Amino acid sequence: MSAVETFLDSNELVLNMGPQHPSTHGVLRIILKLDGEKVNGTECVIGYLHRGVEKIAEARTYQMFAPYVDRMDYISAVSNGLGYCLAVEKLGGIEAPPRAQAVRVILTELNRIASHLFWLGTHALDIGAITPLFYTLREREEVLKIFENYCGARLTTHAFRIGGLQYELYEGFEEQVRKFCDDLPGKIDEYEELLTGNRIWVERLTGVGILNAEDCKRYGVSGPMIRAAGVPADLRKLQPYCGYEQYDFDVPTRVNGDCFDRYVVRMAEMRQSVRIIQQAVANVPTGPVMAKVPKVFKPAIGEAYVSIEAPKGELGYFIVSDGTLNPYRLRVRPPSLVNLQSLDAMCKGTLVADVVAIIGTIDIVLGEVDR
Amino acid sequence: MKKLFRRFFLVDFLEGLWVTFRNQHPKYIYTEQYPAERPQIAERYRGAPRLNINPENNETLCISCNLCAIACPENLIVVGWDRNPVTKRKDLTTFIYDTSRCMFCGLCEDACPVDALELTQDFEMASYTREGQIWDRRMLEEGPYPVKYKS
Repeated sequence: MSAVETFLDSNELVLNMGPQHPSTHGVLRIILKLDGEKVNGTECVIGYLHRGVEKIAEARTYQMFAPYVDRMDYISAVSNGLGYCLAVEKLGGIEAPPRAQAVRVILTELNRIASHLFWLGTHALDIGAITPLFYTLREREEVLKIFENYCGARLTTHAFRIGGLQYELYEGFEEQVRKFCDDLPGKIDEYEELLTGNRIWVERLTGVGILNAEDCKRYGVSGPMIRAAGVPADLRKLQPYCGYEQYDFDVPTRVNGDCFDRYVVRMAEMRQSVRIIQQAVANVPTGPVMAKVPKVFKPAIGEAYVSIEAPKGELGYFIVSDGTLNPYRLRVRPPSLVNLQSLDAMCKGTLVADVVAIIGTIDIVLGEVDR
Repeated sequence: MKKLFRRFFLVDFLEGLWVTFRNQHPKYIYTEQYPAERPQIAERYRGAPRLNINPENNETLCISCNLCAIACPENLIVVGWDRNPVTKRKDLTTFIYDTSRCMFCGLCEDACPVDALELTQDFEMASYTREGQIWDRRMLEEGPYPVKYKS
């Protein structure tokens, strides 16, 4: 900070934002270095929700650890479970049957919609629009009901098991999912009516928190953030897993990479998810839902890395096996933590009020940042 | 010109109000009136644990195989048994289930070979003490019973 920039000869003000600040979506503490209202730099203090999940994994068998991954990104627990199951299946050389794969795609896409809806509601609440929160949570409730009917839990679902699914589809699953998919595009139109045309919303978000494609790649940012900067990076297209190559969908991108573009990308992604679910529900293959997995599951010595496109970005699981019942080492590559690193670059030179908007559009879940 | 018109007559504001007005219809009410009305719980809901008893002879279905205790990620199930000298079978003596540490993953339920241990639709498991969260065999079979406190 040079003396020329500041109007008065003043010291830099250091302000703690959080860990109890409502807009930090949990327990994130941000140390803001302020010059009046202008942000000169930020520093994130994380770890308030650290539970040592990776260490817990070393003392659990592969099947036992599956419920723990739901508790990392608790807004999209199904995607976490899918990533873990795919990684263990790769390690053990198992492939889930086609019926299980189709059901997995339906549930993860429903979870993507639920995650984006929850993001939209809370982000709009941060900006000052309270109304969308009630509507998005109302629609999210439908998804949670489908999860509850399918696997018996609403949030921390534990829906998938290694080698396929534990539960067969329940009666009325198809109608419920179809009805949700038919209703949702109309509801998204309503949110767009509330927000996209809204002058306050547009002016609060346009040109705020710009992260161009170069910087996105430098920071390793993934998910809707990099797509808003114009890079069509979607692991569902680039390295299809779980039979995503059968479904026809687009990867929505924008050019500017500011907060408004991230909002638009996520809205478009929800519509694409609806398309995928409709295609998947139309032809769920018949057959078994569980591959042959030994009760005492001991994968051969080796390692496996699987990354999937979680709602927040690239979610990777790296597992090392030493041939025993427990993983020797399990490492998670959480999208939220990596995306959060770009906060400082985006916040420099903006106002304090914009920091709230920027944190909102990164879409972090602190359970995943701290693990 | 059009933009100016929209700006002057607050068109975006009125559009937003119209959405809010449309959603006033009673069919959009989703709030659950919980204490007054019981919520609809799914059939597969994983709630309070229960140890099933055979309705014909009122004996427990549990065969004391200890598989649920092995399957539990948190090691919160303790199964105790005695070897019956006559039938040479295991007789269940104690079954302790610590619900305060349970995360309701359902692995014990999946592991049970005789469907004796089950996670039911009951979700009201609050207790005033930590000890009250540890369910013994009687609580698991009959459900939690009310505790009398001295007034």
